[in-house]
Amino acid sequence: MNAHLDYVLHLADTTLVLAQRNSEWCGHGPILEQDIAITNISLDLLGQARNYYQHAASLINTANPNAQADEDSLAYLRDEREFKNPLLVELEKGDWAKTTLRQFLFSVFQDLQLKRLLHSTDTQIAAIAEKSLKETAYHIAWSSEWVIRLGDGTPESHSRMVTALNEVWEFTGGLFVPAPYELQLAGTIAADVSQLEKPWTETVSNVLEEATLSLPGKTFMQQSGKTGIHTEAMGYILAEMQSLKRSLPTATW
Amino acid sequence: MKSFTADEIFRILETVADPEIPVLSILDLGIVRAVNLNGEIPEIVVTPTYSGCPATDAINTDIRLKMMEYGLPKIKITTRLSPAWTTDWMSQAGKKKLEDYGIAPPKPANREITCPRCKSPHVTCISHFGSTACKSLYQCLDCKEPFDYFKCH
Ligand SMILES: [Zn+2]
Repeated sequence: MNAHLDYVLHLADTTLVLAQRNSEWCGHGPILEQDIAITNISLDLLGQARNYYQHAASLINTANPNAQADEDSLAYLRDEREFKNPLLVELEKGDWAKTTLRQFLFSVFQDLQLKRLLHSTDTQIAAIAEKSLKETAYHIAWSSEWVIRLGDGTPESHSRMVTALNEVWEFTGGLFVPAPYELQLAGTIAADVSQLEKPWTETVSNVLEEATLSLPGKTFMQQSGKTGIHTEAMGYILAEMQSLKRSLPTATW
Repeated sequence: MKSFTADEIFRILETVADPEIPVLSILDLGIVRAVNLNGEIPEIVVTPTYSGCPATDAINTDIRLKMMEYGLPKIKITTRLSPAWTTDWMSQAGKKKLEDYGIAPPKPANREITCPRCKSPHVTCISHFGSTACKSLYQCLDCKEPFDYFKCH
């Protein structure tokens, strides 16, 4: 498989897995408005994922006219080792603090990445980025409000945010370590993620400060997801997402 | 088969409603970007409002059904992502229809949002995310009614 296809699948898997995680809140949000908010974010991410998968399928089918790849086969029929999402998005949803904090940390990264992808030499990636950026702005606004509200809230909500930050932090470093396919395409088709850590840290520390939370110090960073090595949470999410399609391959919605 | 001019096709498209806000046609919404008659079959170019908008598939089906009804069974629908859809493409007539329907129409950042019922500018945002991806939930502080605001996008 070539680097170009791997990269499109990486973008697709990242948005799909986070969409699936957030959708677990559907019907379980703390209040109705927030249930709707998190599921709307989930829907935005799912729409972005569909655009990337459709693009990946057309790359596959153009290279091999007999391939018959489509968005469903790519989302539902690939195995764990083939998924190229960073570890951050697959972590269990946890409590509301963990969900909103993870969304915030991811959305700030995604915003920086998409801004660079506007200049991707793959014009379809650039078009998807242009569309997605408008959505990401809302995700950052919403999730940063929650990080601040809970961090600078009651002793209980503050301690939940501290716990969430400690749980999630070691999975953020991997966002900025390019996978081999990213390295090969950086500056042409792909964004150079190694350049995003500095602006990301700036935005994140400003919000954490307002939330009376301290930026964790240097620590060991997990970084394997984009190359297909995942945490134990990944198998479960794929099992739930893919079981219907795999047991009833001709089912339609 | 009868052949259609672009104008005639636009007039048919005017009767296709947005499934989520049925007072708006897809032309009011501004998502139909072009009708091309140069190829073998007519091509209708559509730009989706939001990436994950579940109405997109329904709208494409509705376009096909409506075209069939008017005797044009073979059309091609092309999805164009760039330039990205913006609420600036919504027609003035569409904005008026929205307000009459009880949804505050999109306003640029420097213009105030007003209550679609009593027109009061004293409103508060309850949630950035409303009943569909394109709306936020607001409440009027004067008449106390909650209302949807079509987000500026
Ligand atoms: Zn009012």
